[in-house]
Amino acid sequence: MVTMAVQVAGNAEVHIPLRINLQRVEARRKLRAFALAVPLLLFILITFIFPIARMMFDAVHDNTLLKLMPQTAAALSAWDGKDLPSEGAYAALAADLKHAWAQKTAGAIGKRINFELPGAASQVASSSREANALSTGPYKAALIEINPLWAQPEVWAVLKRGGSSYTPSYLLRSVDYQYGPDSQIVALPTDSAIFRDVFLRTFGISIGVTAITLLLGFPLAYLLATLPSRVSNLLMMLVVLPFWTSLLVRTTAWVVLLQSNGVVNDVLMTLHIISQPAELIFNRVGTIVAMTHIQLPLTLLPIYSVMKTISPNYVRAARSLGAGPFYGFWKVYFPQTIPGIAAGCLLTFILCLGYYLTPALVGGPSDQMIAYFIARYTNEELNWGMASALGAILLTATLLLYYVYNKLVGVDQLKMG
Amino acid sequence: MVTGALAAAGFAAGALLPPRPAFASEQLTIISWGGGYQDVQLRKSFFEPFTKATGIKITEDQWNGEVSKVRAMVQTNTVNWDVLDVGVGIGELCSHGLVETLNWNRLGLDRTKFLGDDKTLDCGVPHHASSTVIAYDRTKLKNGPKTIADFFDLQKFPGKRAMQKGPTSNLEWALVADGVLIKDVYKVLATPAGVDRAFKKLDTIKKDVIWWTAGTQPAQLLGNGQVVMSTAWSGSINNAVKESGLPLEIMWDAQMLSLDFWVIPKGARHLDEAYKFLAFGGSPKPQADMTRYGNNGPANKDAMALVDPTIGPNLTTSPAHMANSLEFDYSFWGDKRDELNQRFTAWVVQQ
Amino acid sequence: MAAFPYASPIEKGWRYLHRLICGMVILFLIGPILTVLPLSFNSIPFFAYPMQGFTLRWYQEFFLAERWQTGLHNSVFIAISVTLLSTILGTLAALGLSRPHFPCRAAVTSILISPMIVPVIITAVAVYFFYADVGLLNSYIGLILAHTTLATPFVVITVTATLIGFDHSLTRAAAGLGAPPITVFYKITLPLIFPGMISGALLAFLTSFDEVVVALFVAGPEQRTLPKVMFAGVREYLSPTIIAAATVLIVFSIAMLAAIELLRRRSERLRGIRNN
Repeated sequence: MVTMAVQVAGNAEVHIPLRINLQRVEARRKLRAFALAVPLLLFILITFIFPIARMMFDAVHDNTLLKLMPQTAAALSAWDGKDLPSEGAYAALAADLKHAWAQKTAGAIGKRINFELPGAASQVASSSREANALSTGPYKAALIEINPLWAQPEVWAVLKRGGSSYTPSYLLRSVDYQYGPDSQIVALPTDSAIFRDVFLRTFGISIGVTAITLLLGFPLAYLLATLPSRVSNLLMMLVVLPFWTSLLVRTTAWVVLLQSNGVVNDVLMTLHIISQPAELIFNRVGTIVAMTHIQLPLTLLPIYSVMKTISPNYVRAARSLGAGPFYGFWKVYFPQTIPGIAAGCLLTFILCLGYYLTPALVGGPSDQMIAYFIARYTNEELNWGMASALGAILLTATLLLYYVYNKLVGVDQLKMG
Repeated sequence: MVTGALAAAGFAAGALLPPRPAFASEQLTIISWGGGYQDVQLRKSFFEPFTKATGIKITEDQWNGEVSKVRAMVQTNTVNWDVLDVGVGIGELCSHGLVETLNWNRLGLDRTKFLGDDKTLDCGVPHHASSTVIAYDRTKLKNGPKTIADFFDLQKFPGKRAMQKGPTSNLEWALVADGVLIKDVYKVLATPAGVDRAFKKLDTIKKDVIWWTAGTQPAQLLGNGQVVMSTAWSGSINNAVKESGLPLEIMWDAQMLSLDFWVIPKGARHLDEAYKFLAFGGSPKPQADMTRYGNNGPANKDAMALVDPTIGPNLTTSPAHMANSLEFDYSFWGDKRDELNQRFTAWVVQQ
Repeated sequence: MAAFPYASPIEKGWRYLHRLICGMVILFLIGPILTVLPLSFNSIPFFAYPMQGFTLRWYQEFFLAERWQTGLHNSVFIAISVTLLSTILGTLAALGLSRPHFPCRAAVTSILISPMIVPVIITAVAVYFFYADVGLLNSYIGLILAHTTLATPFVVITVTATLIGFDHSLTRAAAGLGAPPITVFYKITLPLIFPGMISGALLAFLTSFDEVVVALFVAGPEQRTLPKVMFAGVREYLSPTIIAAATVLIVFSIAMLAAIELLRRRSERLRGIRNN
């Protein structure tokens, strides 16, 4: 009995650890597999995901006014926003402006206010200079005397909103809205409302380029998939070569070809198709031609790889059952290529949304896409809030499409060359 | 095999390490406007003689006068430019504290010898007077434009024209073409109605404008027939005629006259060397030498004595060219540039 | 197509039309490059045919002028560093990802591949803001790290591809026979993934070598790369030297492309995959 009991217990002892053991082995294998990917994962998280997340955060985070005008922000926290604020707020403003003059931060304050109240920058700078000479109050009359800007309720509304580190202003501006004088949200005046147009343009150009690459790419993919492999490999090299040629080189080529006295105009004029050089560059035509040239292989390749897997037997069967050549192609072959079409077009569309260089080099001002404005706000206007907000919108659109792509095609289907 | 390959690659990488000067302080990064202006005029008359005299090596780079680039460097504390060649942007750089305030005693130069107003001399040493003009191809336009109004006249001169992508000089000229007297231009432009008027005038030719950003582009656009006329820096047109023999002609009516300065961005790493360069760059000799390679008049009044008298009449500062010139207002643009830039950007991208 | 001997005349007509269309598409793809390259030998600096004469002057300028040579030098140095870094990181990750026990494979893969999908302008701007904070702007190390981020997805993808259909019982058998993990890696895994690693490395090299947007934002005058020099040229003054540089780069790309293709074939042979 005793031995039996021991045996049973012993069995149980062996039994349970085996399961746990297997789990442990499994866990260890998982861990070991994962450990291999950890260096790259960490690398990407630190040098890529984190900076992008921070940029997204910057789209709604701005503490310029809170940091540079702390006293005004504090004094305004109790202000109801109806009439001009009291003497206390003006005294705080004067103190902040004096401090700004000493620290040379008036430019930064002016720039921030100017974003919501165009024209204010130079007035803030001059007020700061003159406020420095004010020694005693009362400040309200004195500041309004220095510059009538400080008698405008709008500027006080901006300062009050500046008391919070978070602002939707940049995102609002990205879709052509802004705060009105009473802090309500209103549409931008038409002479500065540009972004809805820019987003529409970005989508329009992307759709156009995607459609053209499909129209041009589909017949060629079909030819490549049906030719004997020796010929098709050779042709494939021709397709892939531009794909691996520097983007700048290809864009340069188009600049040279499409200029007024470029090769294309020369040929067209020699053939008497046109009598005056056509305008082919620094406009929409140039942009779309150059982008199509760059994206064509990327649309074509996924279609081609799907076509390679389609057995010719289906069409043969359809033909032998009496289907005409076009009916057979349309009803039997074409539907099988749809996954490839979806993959190619989606990829091209996603990549088109972010185009910067090509439109910058071969387009005119009204052909610039959203990426151009992100660059411009980063480098030229130094309004990083706007750059971040526009970037956040572009990124969100891209990631949504990437998600769809993943669901539809699978990320592991991305192939090189 | 792999270790071998990696070692070989590592060795290659080591061998390919970019050359670094032994003494980081013995060099200077100077930024200018590119093209023949930088490659010939500045290099021959300023950079090479300076290096020869002091042994300080110069690294050159180019920019297109973007004040924001300097601001970005100062803001992010990554100032790696030591001396800038700046034109109309000096007003903004100076009033926003983005460049060093100069100590003229340390420079050893007499500031009264220089063209330019007192405020700009606080921040920069002027080295020449450049001018923005209208240029055209005389083989294509036999009867070229005579006034600024002609540039805006699509009936008289049909075809594309090129303009610098930005508000400066374009807004002034739009007003002149619209009938504002040259002496009143900045008075009118200071009012919102004046700005509207300038943009309205620009609207009339907008669809026929190709926008340039770099000073070498106008000659290129004219040379390959992309445009019939262009706003341009007279110096770069002069260089293009000299170098490639392009049949370009300059119309001097209402030339926008401005000075180009050497300035030191705030927080430059090689301040001592930068001061040495500014002292050299302000002296009469190199400024006079420069006129041998281009048509820019010197900004140091003493330099005129050293200029070849046969060159004199070609310079931007010659009396004939100055007859109806429009002098650039630095303080106006120092205050208004940001605002007008934004307005211009919104305007230019709308169809 | 040729399989239908009973093709009707209309069908034949369509077939010729199809071929014609394809010919024009190929012309569109390859024509611009082929038209432009000869102009780098044109004796005058204009971009029109017929050419006036033959000269090597622009190549001379490319290989002698300091601006181009510093650019080339910088680009090669940066691209080699990027290649080493991204090949190591990417290969390790691919080895992990292709093990059968990898947890959350889809999510991790999406993250690792994402630098290919996120618009490069966003990467450039985000990295620019980040570098401004940590002081990596205008440094070689900053540019190398940023390019490595863009290049690793290519390595991950190519190495993973060589591991598709990899028989894990091979490594298990070797381990069972007493080989230590290092030996297993060198003797079994490495020879199989080597072609993938090399083509990944070449792609990584090309990615960095061609990259201009990130370089425009984070590189200073000392790190001026070849694409940056070309970009300034296309924007400012279109000289035949740019076309000469382009020609050199294209010849280089063709060599790379041929190398990748040969390696791919070798890899398929090694793994016993037949081309159908």
